[in-house]
Amino acid sequence: MTVFTYLLMGFLILCAISVSLSKNLLNSILIYMSYSLIMSIIWVILESPDLAITEAAVGAGITSVLFFVTLKKIHAIGGKERSDEQEENGTGIS
Amino acid sequence: MSRKKTEQEYRKTFAFHFFRWLNGEKDPYLGEVEMKPQEPYKETEEEVKARIREKNMISRRLYGVAKSKEMKGLERFYKAASIIFCCILIYLLLFTVSYLPPVGTADRPVNNEVPQRYIENGLQETGAVNIVSGMILDYRAFDTLGESHVLFVATVTVLILLRLDKKKKNDGEISIEEAEANDRIYEPKNDAILQMAAFVLVPIIIIFGIYVILNGHLGPGGGFSGGAIIGAGLILYLNAFGFQKTERFFTEKTYKWISFGSLSFYCIAKSYSFFTGANHLHNIIPKGTPGAILSSGLILPLNIAVGLVVACTMYAFYAMFRKGGF
Repeated sequence: MTVFTYLLMGFLILCAISVSLSKNLLNSILIYMSYSLIMSIIWVILESPDLAITEAAVGAGITSVLFFVTLKKIHAIGGKERSDEQEENGTGIS
Repeated sequence: MSRKKTEQEYRKTFAFHFFRWLNGEKDPYLGEVEMKPQEPYKETEEEVKARIREKNMISRRLYGVAKSKEMKGLERFYKAASIIFCCILIYLLLFTVSYLPPVGTADRPVNNEVPQRYIENGLQETGAVNIVSGMILDYRAFDTLGESHVLFVATVTVLILLRLDKKKKNDGEISIEEAEANDRIYEPKNDAILQMAAFVLVPIIIIFGIYVILNGHLGPGGGFSGGAIIGAGLILYLNAFGFQKTERFFTEKTYKWISFGSLSFYCIAKSYSFFTGANHLHNIIPKGTPGAILSSGLILPLNIAVGLVVACTMYAFYAMFRKGGF
């Protein structure tokens, strides 16, 4: 069990570092989701299932969905080229 | 003896001016300050082209500056400084942690009479098998009330920032109809795979959320996590079937009344409990047998109230972020 816990801790630190190092915002959010998931498993190991359920529902579920919607609003998901094109044509200027 | 003032006298008082301003009958600036309507901002195609050319020139010049030697040196200095700063911060934090008492020893400062009381008398005093629920909704219910109000205030803030008006007002803003049209164009609709998955998953997710809320005093879970699960189910339903389907059962009015009802119910129920507890009055709420679903007094209804607030808040957040309205 301790080996498993140390493995999870290692993944946690790896995720936390790679969130800030990732260039793509979408990848950052996906890594953050997995960070929350690992954190919820660690909560279960630390014998606090209440926190585990909340972490899984809020951290991995709702927060990432809100991040996705925000990225879509600012055209950061797959819209890089399109927004550049708009700038060139002068249509993206309000 | 009271004297009724004449119309002329009343018009001079402060109250007359105040109520006239309150009812919006007179704009204090209208007629007093000279005002001109702003001219709509227009630019010709040449101006736009000139502006874009200027922007490109500036960016090219900046890029050239970034390539120069001084800027490169500064960039390297910033990188090194940030790494050194992070290392010093990590060292300081770890240094502080090394002075904390080790985990699991008996003489830690947190091992005082408070957790002992919770663990030994929690089941008797609150009737909840899950000690955490007994703590957050009975001993520390005031904190939970503050938490639910924080969520409510957060939604109100998002509402102020992102809400769109029903009617079109200025040139720059888009009305709610246009937002709906935008939403209909940009969001994928009638996706067969997504709809089928949602058709199967949404009832299961919502039923699981209800189970987590109702079992908050018996097992892990409670109002907040259950409400978040129900909110996630509602968001999935909204993504699959669109706003037209959800508007049949969830509008802004529903959100308003559910939030208002739940929060005021929490306030009234908990103030009754505090009042009877503090004044040694007879409490009419029965504790029930521990382990049964209808037990532990107020914890179950309070859990339901918190769950409703959280589910509505999560759905409202998503609707605001996506369209700017329900």
